Amino acid sequence: MAIVYVDNKPCEMNPEENLLHGCLSLGFKLPYFCWHPALGSVGACRQCAVKQFRDENDGHGKIVMSCMTPAAGGTRISIADPEVVAFRAGIIEGLMLNHPHDCPVCDEGGECHLQDMTVMTGHDYRRYEFEKRTFRNQNLGPLVNHEMNRCIQCYRCVRYYRDYAGGNDLNAFALRDRVFFGRAEDGVLENEFSGNLVEICPTGVFTDKTLKQHYARKWDQQFAPSVCVHCALGCNTDAGERYGTLRRIVNRYNHEVNGYFLCDRGRFGYEFVNDERRFRQPLLKGQSASAASARSYLDEKIAHGRVIGIGSPRASLEANFSLRTLVGPDHFYSGMADHEVKLIRLMIETLRRGPMRTPTLREIEESDAVFILGEDLTNVAPRMALSVRQSVRQQPMEAVKKLKIPLWLDFGVRDAMQDAKGPLYIATPHGTRLDDVATTTFHAAPDDLARLGFAVAHALDSSAPAVPHADDWPLANEIARALKGAKRPLVICGASCASEAVIQAAANVAMAAHAALSFTAPECNSVGAALMGGNPLSAAFQAVRDGYADTVIILENDLYRRAPHHEADSVLRAAPHVIVLDHLPNPTNEKAELLLPAGTFAESDGTFISSEGRAQRFFQVCPPENEVLASWRWLKPDHWQNLDDVLQAMAEALPQLAAIRDAAPSSKFRIAGAKIPRSPHRESGRTAALVHINISEPKTPEDPDSALSFSMEGTSDQPPAALIPFFWSPSWNSIQAVNTYQQEVGGPLRGGDAGLRLFEPSPENGQAYFSAIPAAFQPRESEWLLVPMYHIFGSDELSLQAPAIRELAVMPHVAINSDEFAEGMEVDVTLADGTFRFPVRVHREMPAGVAAVSVGSSPLVTVQLPGWGKIARAK
Amino acid sequence: MTGNFDRPLTERMHPDGSVVSLRAYELAGGYQAIRKVLRTGMTPMAVIEEVTEANLRGRGGAGFQTGVKWSFVPRGKDVPNPTYLVVNGDEMEPGTFKDRFLMEQDPHQLIEGAMVAAFAIEADIAYIFLRGEYTLAYERLAHAIAEVYERHYLGKNIFGSGYSLELYLHVSGGRYICGDETGLLNALEGKRANPRSKPPFPPSVGLFGKPTVVNNVETICCVPHIINRGATWFQGLGRTKDGGTKLFGVSGKVKHPGLWELPMGTTVREILEEHAGGMRDGVKFRGLLPGGASTDFIVEEHLDLAMDFASLGKAGSRMGTGIMIVLDDHTCPVGMTSNLTQFFARESCGFCTPCWSGLGWADRILKAMEEGRGKPGDLDKLEFQTKMWAPGHTFCALAPGAAEPVQSALKYFREDFERHIREHSCPWS
Repeated sequence: MAIVYVDNKPCEMNPEENLLHGCLSLGFKLPYFCWHPALGSVGACRQCAVKQFRDENDGHGKIVMSCMTPAAGGTRISIADPEVVAFRAGIIEGLMLNHPHDCPVCDEGGECHLQDMTVMTGHDYRRYEFEKRTFRNQNLGPLVNHEMNRCIQCYRCVRYYRDYAGGNDLNAFALRDRVFFGRAEDGVLENEFSGNLVEICPTGVFTDKTLKQHYARKWDQQFAPSVCVHCALGCNTDAGERYGTLRRIVNRYNHEVNGYFLCDRGRFGYEFVNDERRFRQPLLKGQSASAASARSYLDEKIAHGRVIGIGSPRASLEANFSLRTLVGPDHFYSGMADHEVKLIRLMIETLRRGPMRTPTLREIEESDAVFILGEDLTNVAPRMALSVRQSVRQQPMEAVKKLKIPLWLDFGVRDAMQDAKGPLYIATPHGTRLDDVATTTFHAAPDDLARLGFAVAHALDSSAPAVPHADDWPLANEIARALKGAKRPLVICGASCASEAVIQAAANVAMAAHAALSFTAPECNSVGAALMGGNPLSAAFQAVRDGYADTVIILENDLYRRAPHHEADSVLRAAPHVIVLDHLPNPTNEKAELLLPAGTFAESDGTFISSEGRAQRFFQVCPPENEVLASWRWLKPDHWQNLDDVLQAMAEALPQLAAIRDAAPSSKFRIAGAKIPRSPHRESGRTAALVHINISEPKTPEDPDSALSFSMEGTSDQPPAALIPFFWSPSWNSIQAVNTYQQEVGGPLRGGDAGLRLFEPSPENGQAYFSAIPAAFQPRESEWLLVPMYHIFGSDELSLQAPAIRELAVMPHVAINSDEFAEGMEVDVTLADGTFRFPVRVHREMPAGVAAVSVGSSPLVTVQLPGWGKIARAK
Repeated sequence: MTGNFDRPLTERMHPDGSVVSLRAYELAGGYQAIRKVLRTGMTPMAVIEEVTEANLRGRGGAGFQTGVKWSFVPRGKDVPNPTYLVVNGDEMEPGTFKDRFLMEQDPHQLIEGAMVAAFAIEADIAYIFLRGEYTLAYERLAHAIAEVYERHYLGKNIFGSGYSLELYLHVSGGRYICGDETGLLNALEGKRANPRSKPPFPPSVGLFGKPTVVNNVETICCVPHIINRGATWFQGLGRTKDGGTKLFGVSGKVKHPGLWELPMGTTVREILEEHAGGMRDGVKFRGLLPGGASTDFIVEEHLDLAMDFASLGKAGSRMGTGIMIVLDDHTCPVGMTSNLTQFFARESCGFCTPCWSGLGWADRILKAMEEGRGKPGDLDKLEFQTKMWAPGHTFCALAPGAAEPVQSALKYFREDFERHIREHSCPWS
């Protein structure tokens, strides 16, 4: 650390960083706009000016931008110097010239960085007397609202959107005091991470359009720490609620996982929680029933029936475990198709045995050579794609370091780096959104992808099995060289190709390259559900068909997504009694005799295990209402009082999951005897919020399951990372308040980041190379190999019920490279299970003989794929 | 043009403004400098030493030592390649037209200069970044470049020396901000012409991230003559310690507005009175901007100062481009300041707050004042803004340049500003 004198006080700062970073990390209230910890310094806004002095005898000093000045040892600066105070006041005055007086009707109001900085700087009177410049706003689609008159030209939006997220349809247009940040024309923002503009923008230019549909001020919402349910990465979120409606999702910083950013599916997929079709009451034989009658029906079936339970990869561990306990381990079945379980277990076993480490998203970002095998990350594990996009900067960064350009000097780094990119190899059946930063792409059938992987492993280590007839594969050699030459190589794979061979090949590469190995998984708790185990789903179907089981309890699961339509149909028809716990209507729960209204992530507490192997807890944000209960509460035995009891019982029954108790503090956790308030201290009118129903203030709901309270009373200290409901601190009302929660700005949260990693094999560990190398793919004369194709908007079950996401959902289609079929043409895809009609999209990059079909929103389910089928022009 | 001294930059030019042909240029000793460099085995370092010794300072306005700038270019095997030379021909300083004159009338002088400079920095590729409105210069340069390529003076293995150079003429979309060399580089890369962070400086991280030197047209035009006639000769051309001749120009209500090549260090008075013929009859001198719109006004008492890089500092101004704009008593100083500020406000790239915000505000204040809508307190606001635009307060030199006419006008013509406010009208209108 370096000693920097701030107003003559010696302060320890990181000399690798700039003065603004150092000052903020120490808690100095130094205002800024254009700088962002994830984006670095550019010196545009000039708001963070300080006075720098040559030495202690320099009485004059000069104004410098703290964000552009290294925190070198011995530097002497003043924040309080009157001249620089006046300068900063001049800057905020300049920024505010054109800013409208619309705070009362601005969605950013109350959590606006511009408001905070204006107050911090002391600007309170507008001397500007001329007309303000105005713009025409654009319709940017259903996610992000645009109000350009509020813009202060800090350039954060385009720097984030273009330079960081790789988008190219948002730009800075025109000059002087009329720079317009928007698209060339109205239209949906194309980048899958556009929602981060809402948090990147320091004021109300870009705001959350879904929040606007049911707006509430930050101080009028209550929040709870949550975990995203829309993929398996486990991005940390804070969910905001008012009057029983989930209002929005904001990013909950986790240094190791999502950092500052979420994907649009994760940020905007939440509205399914508010769907008017949500089950709020038990339904017994189609009729609303009381909780008591539902329970007695359930008890009766358990007591007298032959009951089996089917779990779910989108339900919490606690819910799955409660079902398992209710029906007994022997009668508990996995909620995933057999093949999927097999793939996920293979991934888990590979990671457990090691020595390959499963990296965090931050570590992925810092990888300097990446090989993606079989995964379309943007559509399967979107936030990981954003990390990989940063990873290609790592190797060119070495050259930048040699030029002695500080890495935080963003434009300097980018000017030096230009278009240089580090190694990123993407081998997938069809093109992906990351191809634009890839060194080389390779598009092939899953077997050939596996063969490429095996060949790379062999090129790295001759003791890894060789691929017959592929001795000197230049691409394999090139990838091997790239991984070998890297300091932090990474292999990414997953279940998307539904191929064990692809996973094994990836494992071999990671072993041979001493690389990290990251797997994607299909759903938010796929890994947790696989770790819990259970009998195969096919056996559950058999048990029903055989008449062994007369009652099936299905936990938060739509069997029509797990099995072909006719199979799910036949099972549900054969079962005499079907009991389903779920949130929203689907073809499975349509057939339920008893339907129990299950709490979503917003109405439940529970634990998910991410694809990284990180156990993370989410907490209820909506106060209990109607008969909606966390699934585990419906299913648990009476003697489990609260979540702690569930976790304790699970630890005893399933030692492999014992550690998850520590994923977050227990319900007994207190800070100085106090709970952690879900509502901001300033929540206005809380005591009168329900005055139209009852004059006297209602009792705040109890929360027996967590250390959080449904109240604004409680500790004002920073809670442990897993329990942070919102970021807010004195002078920092916006989400930029996260600065004050970090050990140093942009670093880990104080007290450590949330979550508990379950797979930490010793680097000494070893496992034998996999050796089952598939034969090369042979295209067939009259058939196509159909592989699954995922869509960020469309493949995820729950987010598809959110109106904004549904609006963006990709129409299910078949992607194919053939002169026989033209773009948009309707075709019939015939598999063993039937014929399905799709429009065609021509993908010239795809290999011959392979077609990709949308899954998740189409009648085809992943279990049918890959599979051979015929494709013919629809008549 | 009068006086008995060398005028290496303009001596070949025709009074009718027609172009100096390749033949005429060569007959007058053209392309001998590059031959000398390449054929006598001069090393790049030797060229740099010669130019350094000649004390050639950048003619774009900043006056940086050209030889020193060239010496910053990293050399050796590990250096990223290619290395670029970029000639800044995006002349947009209001009132300034010296580079246009050089490019239109003697394009080969520039081309040869670029070749020598490129050799000195071991550049593989050179660009001439030309202002889009300079259509005649474009035609003549394009023709000249084609001629030279035809003769194999450019391209591979020039004069059998083993040195190769490609020269491209790039026609700019045109923004004042391209006068900032890094803004120019961004524009040349096809990006917004926002200036870049400095450091890193172009010699280490320049065009497309590679080592790059950006020089002004007039600077480059001096180079062949330094090689041909030596550093001592060049240094001796100047009357003060800055070497060489300089194109000086005058516009405004003088008898003979024009452009002259004169020894560096010629006094303002000599240029104004002898060469421009003094003020028109019935018109009184009030002040002048010595080197373009981004220099401080000087007034009568400063007229005996020498036009060189140091002397005008005594009057709180600077030589800039050396092309003067004269303010007379028939012209409203507020109107002139307003006009200049309007230009700077319009040309702000929109990147840093004091510039984009403050210039727009100052522009509106001045316009209102000129239209009789000025208010007490406006001058304080303007003065405050000029402080906000001080060097180091802004991202590049545009706003500091814009501050110069405003702050000096407030100093020398304050009463005129106050009158506008007091009388709610412009006394000149």
